[in-house]
Amino acid sequence: MSFIKSSTGSCLRGALGGAALFGLALAPALALAQDQPAEAASAAEAAVEYLTQTNANIMWTLIAAILVMFMQAGFAMVEVGLTRAKNAGNILMKNMFDFAAGSVTFYIIGFGLMMGADHAGLFGLSNFNLSEWTPATPEGLWGFTFWFFQCVFAATATTIVSGAIAERTKFISYLILSVVITGLIYPISGHWIWGGGWLSKLDAPVIDFAGSTVVHSVGGWVALAGALLMGPRIGKYTPDGKSRAIPGHNMALVALGVFILWFGWFGFNPGSTVAAQANIALIAVTTNLAACTGALGAMLTAWVRYGKPDVSMSFNGALAGLVAITAGCANVSPDGAMIIGLIAGVVVVLSVDFIDKVLKIDDPVGAISVHGVCGALGTLCVGLFASPDYGGIAGLFYGGGLTQFVSQALGVGSVFAWAFGSGLVVFTILKLTVGIRVPAEEEIKGLDITEHGQEAYSGFQIFTTE
Amino acid sequence: MKLIIAYIRPDRLNAVKQELYAKEIYSLSVTNVLGAGRQKGFTETYRGVVMEVNLLKKVRLEIGVNDDFQDKAIEAVMKGGQTGKEGDGVIFVLDLARALRIRTGEDGIL
Repeated sequence: MSFIKSSTGSCLRGALGGAALFGLALAPALALAQDQPAEAASAAEAAVEYLTQTNANIMWTLIAAILVMFMQAGFAMVEVGLTRAKNAGNILMKNMFDFAAGSVTFYIIGFGLMMGADHAGLFGLSNFNLSEWTPATPEGLWGFTFWFFQCVFAATATTIVSGAIAERTKFISYLILSVVITGLIYPISGHWIWGGGWLSKLDAPVIDFAGSTVVHSVGGWVALAGALLMGPRIGKYTPDGKSRAIPGHNMALVALGVFILWFGWFGFNPGSTVAAQANIALIAVTTNLAACTGALGAMLTAWVRYGKPDVSMSFNGALAGLVAITAGCANVSPDGAMIIGLIAGVVVVLSVDFIDKVLKIDDPVGAISVHGVCGALGTLCVGLFASPDYGGIAGLFYGGGLTQFVSQALGVGSVFAWAFGSGLVVFTILKLTVGIRVPAEEEIKGLDITEHGQEAYSGFQIFTTE
Repeated sequence: MKLIIAYIRPDRLNAVKQELYAKEIYSLSVTNVLGAGRQKGFTETYRGVVMEVNLLKKVRLEIGVNDDFQDKAIEAVMKGGQTGKEGDGVIFVLDLARALRIRTGEDGIL
């Protein structure tokens, strides 16, 4: 038996043509001839029925959720690499505790608001603390899977904010913010699109398959509100308003983080089927292609504009492509995905420039551009590039007219108004109460020592002149 | 006794060390420094923002010698450190008042 198996294996690997194929066809017959034929046949039938669709759904969705959870590491590495060594421990703490506090909050409040029984299309209101589910029922078993998948998405939206307000935010106010995002801001707009709310009940419901708007734009727009109210880091702008560079301390960590995020995105997008079904492969293809063209687009744009292919901008480009394809990953063709990624790659560089030099909002990691701007862009692109051959809906470029595009624009606009508006309110309340910004001398010393009482790189000599 | 302080290109350190060895000068201290001179600076860009970098990475050598070895040490640093382009660095020679060995307490070791 084992001899036959290994010989067919080597035949497959060698691809030796006709003779090998003949051997392959013979192998099962030989095996049956040597064993008890009837027994082997019934065992094979039992094996076919072993994995039910429900169990397959649970397995795939859970694996995807675990991949998405790992994206927390990606965000942590990108953000720590793009900021200075003196604040490394602080940014790692923020990435750890927005997940820890965010998961708990999403369990207690957020999930019920997002996915509970709909009220007026605006919010859900049931199943807090997952009270409706137990492992005794199939609904419960699936429910836990679904909750975990939704939870890691909520945490993703939250963690986006930490990068944009890095190196100057009070840790306590960031903790409170994490709770508010996962408990209120994210679930409400999430309900509108994913939880049966009003944006999902339009004549042409908003298509945001894996969350360009629901997850990324929400994070990006709250980040915009935060960075705006927080003000720039000390030394970011000269007295006459010229932008200065504050280089991040480790490009290797940035690269590692981007690759981890890219890897995790194969859970984020294909996993958003929340079912083991065949189009997960298409979604992986569109996701990967958009990331590639996003990286290429950003690298070439930076090269043309600045004379060199900027390292961290190029890596931002891959993320921009991923964020942009997230809405339409199941509705566009691979060609469409490449165009969407390319546009996002170009736009992210222009957007980082615009936010930095014109709006003069200090976003150390480019989170507002990558997640807010490219999330909105990708959501709008579904209205243009949706192909009836892939997701059953036609966008403008496939003869579907403007109907879908108008829905997409409505989704982008209303979620912007909600996330940016509520972000402004929350940051203002925090500013008036616990305070959002550390004192100037603490910022100069570094948040590691002043907020956490220890350095991230003990024993290393960090040499900076600012 | 003299203290010779030299600022050289980091990539010439090995050549300078070998020249010093060849002249039987085995004791020296090396530190990383930033500095500016005739070489001026260079520009970097980071995320689309131009950065003027006018402090360059250099290596600082300190060599304590007695008067007999002064010219040998200078010669060695010159020979090992020279590329002929701006930025090769400078040598300063200072009078050295005393030199003691910590292990033995011995005074006047040079």
